[in-house]
Amino acid sequence: MANHTIAHNVYVPFLEKKGILSWILTTDHKRIGIMYLISISFFFLVAGVFALLMRYELLTPASDFVQPHTYNVLFTLHGSIMVFFFIVPGLAASFGNFLIPLMIGAPDVAFPKLNLGSYWIYLLGAAIVLIALAKPADTGWTFYTPYSATTDTDVVLITLGVFVLGFSSILTGLNFIVTIHKMRAPGMTWHRLPLFIWASYATAILQLLATPVVGITLLLLITERTLGVGFFDPAKGGDPVLFQNFFWFYSHPAVYIMIIPAMGVISEIIPVFARKPIFGYKAIAYSSLGIAFISFLVWAHHMFTSGISDIAATIFSFLTFLVAIPTAIKVFNWTATLYKGSIHLHSAMLYALAFIFLFTIGGLTGLFLGALAADIHLHDTYFVVAHMHYVMIGGTVMGFFGALHFWYPKWFGRMFNETVAKIAWLFIFIGFNVTFFPQFFLGVQGMPRRYATYPPQFESLMSLSTYGSWILGFGIFIMTLNLIAGLINGEKAPQNPYGSLSLEWQVPSPPPLENFEEIPHVTDWSYGYGKKK
Amino acid sequence: MATHSHAEEHHITGNKTYIIVWAALMVMTAITVYVSYINFGMLNIVIALVIASIKASIVALYFMHLKLEDSITWVFALFPLLLLALLIGMTITDTFTRTIVP
Repeated sequence: MANHTIAHNVYVPFLEKKGILSWILTTDHKRIGIMYLISISFFFLVAGVFALLMRYELLTPASDFVQPHTYNVLFTLHGSIMVFFFIVPGLAASFGNFLIPLMIGAPDVAFPKLNLGSYWIYLLGAAIVLIALAKPADTGWTFYTPYSATTDTDVVLITLGVFVLGFSSILTGLNFIVTIHKMRAPGMTWHRLPLFIWASYATAILQLLATPVVGITLLLLITERTLGVGFFDPAKGGDPVLFQNFFWFYSHPAVYIMIIPAMGVISEIIPVFARKPIFGYKAIAYSSLGIAFISFLVWAHHMFTSGISDIAATIFSFLTFLVAIPTAIKVFNWTATLYKGSIHLHSAMLYALAFIFLFTIGGLTGLFLGALAADIHLHDTYFVVAHMHYVMIGGTVMGFFGALHFWYPKWFGRMFNETVAKIAWLFIFIGFNVTFFPQFFLGVQGMPRRYATYPPQFESLMSLSTYGSWILGFGIFIMTLNLIAGLINGEKAPQNPYGSLSLEWQVPSPPPLENFEEIPHVTDWSYGYGKKK
Repeated sequence: MATHSHAEEHHITGNKTYIIVWAALMVMTAITVYVSYINFGMLNIVIALVIASIKASIVALYFMHLKLEDSITWVFALFPLLLLALLIGMTITDTFTRTIVP
């Protein structure tokens, strides 16, 4: 796609420099991306262990493995660590950092020091949450008032940690927006941008504009708990539903902060392994912005049973259905890209296909929950748990794993064992569905979420779900080992093992410190497969 | 491009403008304090918010140089106001209609 640049000068890979200082003081976007990748993966595994412990408790109807209070703590930690420390920074911070400058033909992000600062703010937030584990909160990840204002567990510290973490997200978003506006290589017009960049741009806008609201909301909660100001306490003139309004004004857009980068990943993987130009480029690009905008208008669909007015609920229900339109545009375009493609089932492609399949189930079940009457029955049941995990694991995590397998050779200059990667994918795919599909049935039958015990008639589905979590955990274990083994003794990766046309594949693997020896001149989009030699 | 707009900014915004803006902010602060001693009933909060909004606007326009920025910066500056309006407006939609059953 570009008149680039391969090296007459000496090639120095960005990983060449050694020593701890070369990491903790680096302003190289690729190294900062790796630090995020390691951090979020660590939190993913920790929160995953909490999930396995919860599922183990639910193997039998009685509360026989942990006490109910411990169970409450487990789901609070699982939720808040997964959401705030893994999936929100997730793909955006790790792969966003690594890929944005490389894909747009820039030497780095616009503000490299701010970028490093964002990472350290992220770690500071994480450290505060770790301190909070001394007396862990039991509120659930949503910190709903009035309970969060009155429980004697340490809500202040964990919310303070999340508050601090928010700044990392805001600054990263700001950095990416400016980078995409100001640092594109000559010829890299908006309509030649890779779709991952469009997705990152939409995500960055959400990070910048929505995150301050949750920061302030958590600060109000902290103020209420420490100073006794009655923002949310009705006895003092406050309103607990106000907390929910504020919280979801951020947290619903945050769902798209989590999923849109994964959609960008899928838009990159599919054309490469279908050897076809992406179908409906502009529709996919603008649907990211469409999702970002509509996501600000739907927050109260989390509150249909919280006592909001019927009129407001009706408006929010209608607006919720609108989100399905840009989302479906993407799914149809990916499917159309596959049509008559020359499909190669690389492990990254398997994750991309799993994404389409599972995310579609997650998205469609979201419409059940957006329908007012159905939601009255399904709200706060396992149906919601299954729906959100189909979107978050079936969507975002599949996208994350796909990205890991796709860009691994570029990032680290090594190859992993492809056969083992496919076996791990199979365990993950089967394990995921065995864990979460039964939960749809549990929810429809009325089993509420967040209970350590349950009536005996749910035992078969509950234990099936627990067995599934073991298969899923085993799959992730194999995948992790395989990727680590690749780092140690994997074959050296060629510059462009999949024949991708995107700019990041036109530099050596791993990329040189300055990315491009000369800033490339871009002459075409990066999806012209099947037309070029 | 950055140096260009920087030079332009020096050219357009002199110290005199900054001093006038500062003086205007001070005057409006004094007005805010003064009117807080007078009871306008329902209008109390409206008056306070109008003055505060004017102050915030001139801070953004002159001290933060929004007046000299290009259109995309204006989009990013104004879009959060739209979101704020949505947050307040749609939350009020709930609060004011809780007793109505369609």
